[in-house]
Amino acid sequence: MKYISEYRDKKLIDRVARQIEMAVERDYKFMEVCGGHTAAIRRFGIPSLLPANIKLISGPGCPVCVTSTGFVDRIVACAQMDDVIITTFGDLMRIPGSGPNLEEIKSKGADVRIVFSGLDALDIALQNPRKRVVFPGIGFETTAPGTAVTIIEAAAGEAGNFFVLSAHKVMPPVMRALLENGIRIDGFICPGHVATITGYSAFEFIPYKYNKACVITGFEPLDLLQAILMLVNQVNSKRPSLETEYKRAVLPEGNSLALEVLSKVFEPCDAEWRGFGIIPLSGLTLRREYEKHDAGRLLKADFPRGKDNPACICGDILRGLKTPSECPLFSEVCTPANPVGACMVSAEGACNSFYKYTLYE
Amino acid sequence: MCLSIPARIVSIDGSTAQVSAGGSLFRAGIQMIDDPRVGDYVLLHAGFAIQKISEKDALETIRLIREMNELGEE
Repeated sequence: MKYISEYRDKKLIDRVARQIEMAVERDYKFMEVCGGHTAAIRRFGIPSLLPANIKLISGPGCPVCVTSTGFVDRIVACAQMDDVIITTFGDLMRIPGSGPNLEEIKSKGADVRIVFSGLDALDIALQNPRKRVVFPGIGFETTAPGTAVTIIEAAAGEAGNFFVLSAHKVMPPVMRALLENGIRIDGFICPGHVATITGYSAFEFIPYKYNKACVITGFEPLDLLQAILMLVNQVNSKRPSLETEYKRAVLPEGNSLALEVLSKVFEPCDAEWRGFGIIPLSGLTLRREYEKHDAGRLLKADFPRGKDNPACICGDILRGLKTPSECPLFSEVCTPANPVGACMVSAEGACNSFYKYTLYE
Repeated sequence: MCLSIPARIVSIDGSTAQVSAGGSLFRAGIQMIDDPRVGDYVLLHAGFAIQKISEKDALETIRLIREMNELGEE
């Protein structure tokens, strides 16, 4: 397939892997902050192609994983109101809340439907004018513009029964939070599709202010290995900078049409992240012009804070402090079939990827 | 939900397009694409095309990787 097979060229992959072997001079630790990268790194067995002194750790890049327990509780509360249809990405169905999750309340009769996109959710609203249709807005800069477009279309089409409960988040504040907490890494594999929207500017502060190497890259094995080689070279030269391997999809200025709809519909707000707590100005909330589509209006303001399962170490994993195999629940109690924590539910979660691709090595 | 895949625009109807990826057809919102054309490759993410893929840059990246790694072996 075009734009896929050429980045899976075995010979070239082998050559880049050998280049990395020749380039290493010390121990290196790099963090990926995109769930898509976490899944691709495990799926393609990238760690098995690297020398033992390069460690890759996962960060807070899986949008459903960082979605707080309290947010799930709020969606569940919406679902239990009269005449409400919840339309959600499938990944959210089994994310744990303080009480039941969406799958459990669906099995008890709540109207919860899986959609492929916000536009599908809007169609359901237009087909069911007597129902209130709630779409949980989850995801980073990559996903939020789609929600923004959907809200603009709902407003234009006078779909007053379409609501979004926004837990959309932006990447730079959580990366800054990791760095401020003194995370011990040499650099970031920067999220390619966030950068598709934001352009380079979202990550420029990292080498400049925190002296860490950064490479924006794609999701095929050749992309990932080439990015790791570029990171190693940056560290060796002691000149951290922001480089882009993924020029076929990332423009320096990002996608200006997407940025335009994003700022038209949303404004920054403080947001809660699983594992981090509240991070200032790291979330996106609907602007006043679109508040009639804000599902927060359907709920009482003083919603209680969610409670996490104390045995689950998802939070430490999302902060890059622990790996899935250090969790006492991992693969014994917590599996993709019976997930305890959010990182085991999502296909892009660190625990899920570890379980699927590395457990039996 | 967070994955994005390369997809080819097959047809366009207003602000949505039919796109083909891996042998399947999907509906994609193209509101964020400047001048979308049938035959363009886009990144499909959660029901929206989020960027056109540049063929020129795709070829250039592969060329650079090849060059960089051939030089390194000499």
